[in-house]
Amino acid sequence: MASDNQHIEDLVRKDYAAGFFTELETDTVAPGLSEEVIRFISAKKQEPEWLLEWRLAAYREWLRMTPPNWARVKHAPIDFQAISYYSAPKSRKDAPKSLDEVDPKLLETYAKLGIPLREQEMLAGVAVDAVFDSVSVATTFKDRLAKAGVIFCSFSEAVREYPELVRQYLGTVVPVGDNYYAALNSAVFTDGSFCFVPKGVRCPMELSTYFRINAANTGQFERTLIIAEAGSHVSYLEGCTAPRRDENQLHAAVVELVALDDARIKYSTVQNWYPGDAEGRGGIYNFVTKRGECRGARSSISWTQVETGSAITWKYPSCVLRGDDSVGEFYSVALTNHRQQADTGTKMIHLGRNTRSTIISKGISAGHGQNAYRGLVRIAATAAGARNHTQCDSLLLGSRCGAHTLPCIEVRNPSAKVEHEATTSRISEDQLFYCQSRGIGTEDAVNMIVNGFCREVFRELPMEFAVEAQKLLGVSLEGAVG
Amino acid sequence: MLDINDLQVCVGDRQILRGLTLTIGEGEVHAIMGPNGSGKSTLAHVLAGRPGYEVTGGSIRFKGEDLLVLAPEERARQGVFLAFQYPVEVPGVNNTYMLKAALNAVRKHRGEQELDAMEFLQFVKKRLEIVQMNESFLSRGVNEGFSGGEKKRNEILQMAVLEPVLAVLDETDSGLDIDALRIVADGVNQLRSAARSFLLVTHYQRLLEYIVPDQVHVLADGRIVKSGGPELALELEMRGYDWLRGQDAA
Repeated sequence: MASDNQHIEDLVRKDYAAGFFTELETDTVAPGLSEEVIRFISAKKQEPEWLLEWRLAAYREWLRMTPPNWARVKHAPIDFQAISYYSAPKSRKDAPKSLDEVDPKLLETYAKLGIPLREQEMLAGVAVDAVFDSVSVATTFKDRLAKAGVIFCSFSEAVREYPELVRQYLGTVVPVGDNYYAALNSAVFTDGSFCFVPKGVRCPMELSTYFRINAANTGQFERTLIIAEAGSHVSYLEGCTAPRRDENQLHAAVVELVALDDARIKYSTVQNWYPGDAEGRGGIYNFVTKRGECRGARSSISWTQVETGSAITWKYPSCVLRGDDSVGEFYSVALTNHRQQADTGTKMIHLGRNTRSTIISKGISAGHGQNAYRGLVRIAATAAGARNHTQCDSLLLGSRCGAHTLPCIEVRNPSAKVEHEATTSRISEDQLFYCQSRGIGTEDAVNMIVNGFCREVFRELPMEFAVEAQKLLGVSLEGAVG
Repeated sequence: MLDINDLQVCVGDRQILRGLTLTIGEGEVHAIMGPNGSGKSTLAHVLAGRPGYEVTGGSIRFKGEDLLVLAPEERARQGVFLAFQYPVEVPGVNNTYMLKAALNAVRKHRGEQELDAMEFLQFVKKRLEIVQMNESFLSRGVNEGFSGGEKKRNEILQMAVLEPVLAVLDETDSGLDIDALRIVADGVNQLRSAARSFLLVTHYQRLLEYIVPDQVHVLADGRIVKSGGPELALELEMRGYDWLRGQDAA
């Protein structure tokens, strides 16, 4: 019914609430990519020689590669020479030692986004490593973490202070030549987060990083490395949002997780980057490589993601289950509205015996949004007794969006058990009317139904993140059915 | 309280209601009976504002105001409640959450303070007793995996929470065994009051043994062909509907 679709569209059409831009003087390198630029970045960051060589090796690999074209996303070719690969907020030479030393404008930006660092510091008990453009400007709660023996710092700092740890693990989960964007990241990454949890330690707090893209035409190339030694536990939260910009901005991060014997890593993401306007102009290209390796026996890695932002999302947080009895989990909510495109999913690579994995993917498409789940479950010949359960559910709002499920299952061990379930549904008029007839307005009803649809994923999120995620879905959907 | 005058309703090309007139006073309980396809459920849905029903003539006034101009959620906030014949499942949405959202939407409309989680829990616990449900009911998904009887009881629970002015029960008795019917009827009887009117839509006289109506109307071919007291239901039970077809309202 035309009128219903119109109503759906009115509901879907909701401007991005975080669209503002902070003026900061930035120390930005001229656009273009070359060995010189990489040397410049490395020198600027006073990196050791081995890291420069590692970057250059990645760059040479990248030059030989071509951009992936298999994903169900459409965009104009990216001009990598038009991107500026380094941008740092101009402030004092010494990094700020406390929030007082942080550029007040920056703090203002965070406040607008509802991320008051001070309050977080005092109330939430969350250590924040805030990445603004490419350089970390605020790190808190270091003392408490240090007492527990946990290292949580910017990637640059880790390179300076713990070069051997970085050298030992960097690129061991996502090799420099893994894929086009990972190679690019390895060549030009400027900063990110580093976390090391020593043997037997349970990290005393949730760790979080807020990423934010700001300066125009500056690609963001974050690098995150988390290492959980034997028997340790860590929960890491990543959340981000970006101000309104007219041009597409490339974001190609790499996240590597390493879990040794009996270690547990929980990595949660709430992503709300600028998705572009209703016509699809602007918006972030989020081409991210996230992978964790359960290197030790009985280790586990759990990815939870709530993806509501970006013009294009190309992202497959994966687990390599090398250790016997290790466990990989992937819980995902991906929402596409307007002209957003998402091609996301996971890979579960079972190598060890009795390895187990769970995949729960919830895709929501509204407006002209296109949402693809792409998954690989690979059971190697060595993975006797491996098990996987996959559940992919898609929810459509309106008649012009699309949902696609592209699962791939490879089983090379006869004792493995693999299950795959998939559903596609619409928000039914019956459900909406039912809620309305109880006094609940259309928007709230849609919100409620969508949140119900995502419940299995939200319950995996840490409490405060779950609340945030629900609000985010509400904002992203304000406007979606009738 | 409710004045329906010469109501004409189409679904697609088909005319379902052909000049239905009905008045329900405050605190009254009316039953609408009639054969399949006579338009009983259509009437219930039109009262609640379900999309897909086109009102081509006549009027519905509720508390003196035009009901037809209101969106479904506005009608609910004004005090119209429909207990569904087939309550819908809303997977993953906690029963408490929906009840609380509904109640607070209604309270907000009335200018009353919204209840917080603790206050609501206190409030809803008392309502649970009305339908003999235990608290485990609250934490389940809305109608998710509920048996037929549980779904109907859940409808009555929602009614008990929202405290409507006009409750329309659309074949609430269908698919219920005798025990569940008794519980549902008991719940309805507890909610009867001088300020609350009921419209019971039913096929069978059985429900009316438990919920004794003030008036019984027979709907056939889109209009009310006969009205009377509770004894009319018994007569229908014995004689069926055929003898009334073609007759005009008494």
